[in-house]
Amino acid sequence: MNTASVSLGASVSSQSRFVQLALAAFLGIFVMGFVGFSHIDAVHNAAHDYRHSMAFPCH
Amino acid sequence: MTLFRNVVFIAAIAGLVAGVVLACMQAFATVPLILKAEVYEQAGGGHTHDHTAAPAANATDANAMSSAEPAEAAAPAAEDEGWAPADGFERFAFNVVANVVTGIGFALILVAASEFAGGIGNWRQGLFWGLAGFAVFTLAPNLGLPPELPAMPAADLTQRQIWWTATVVATAAGLGLLAFRKSLPLALLAMALIVAPHIVGAPQPDSFKSPIPEGLHHQFVVAVTLTNLVFWLVLGAVVGAVRGRLTGTATGLRDSFA
Repeated sequence: MNTASVSLGASVSSQSRFVQLALAAFLGIFVMGFVGFSHIDAVHNAAHDYRHSMAFPCH
Repeated sequence: MTLFRNVVFIAAIAGLVAGVVLACMQAFATVPLILKAEVYEQAGGGHTHDHTAAPAANATDANAMSSAEPAEAAAPAAEDEGWAPADGFERFAFNVVANVVTGIGFALILVAASEFAGGIGNWRQGLFWGLAGFAVFTLAPNLGLPPELPAMPAADLTQRQIWWTATVVATAAGLGLLAFRKSLPLALLAMALIVAPHIVGAPQPDSFKSPIPEGLHHQFVVAVTLTNLVFWLVLGAVVGAVRGRLTGTATGLRDSFA
């Protein structure tokens, strides 16, 4: 697979780049985990059909 | 934080588009089957969970979703289950919200992971990243824990969630090693990572006795797998297209096939 020659925010240092990407990934994991995995009843019920439709473990 | 901002921007657009597409597909493909299963769940009596005012009478027709029905007979179940959206439009609306929100979540993970590998240059590359996401988040965990309908027997929830998460992490690591490291030992390690969760095995219920007909479940597995495939392809393609536009490489899209 080719890698793109242009990167987003080319000016940032590699360390700051790592931190920012890791931060974005953690935000995504948190969002997905909250909607798909939270044991709170109200959250479960609100996202019930979604959880089943995505084959997240449910009930 | 320009990089972070760009990642969130791309993920928000891609998640919104793919989430809305997925919600529309679910309304026709998976949710009608869930409503049918809830009829069996209620008939079986031994439910661990049911929706207030589940459409017992009209869930058998496919468009039960659209028949907005006030939650009248809600009283008994509501006490142990807490708040739940009323059937009909409210339930549909919450499903759309869940789809868009998690769509953005998945997109954040996809964009961040792909940036580590150099970024998704165009929509064609995006399709392949989408396939990888489908393999990691749908195919691998669904081998051990097939999509369930309400009222189907299942093992302890927390254990299944742990197995699901571990499988996703191991498969993602394995695919990453296969794709981006060019050494034989690492390729063997990658294969081991991908296979290992299935050798350990997903937590299984004590008994597989289920009130849900086999045919209905099979239909549901197919519907879930296909809707997820389309979701991931759309997500990857939109990420590639938006990112290309943002970095100014979109002009050469036609001659830069992956």
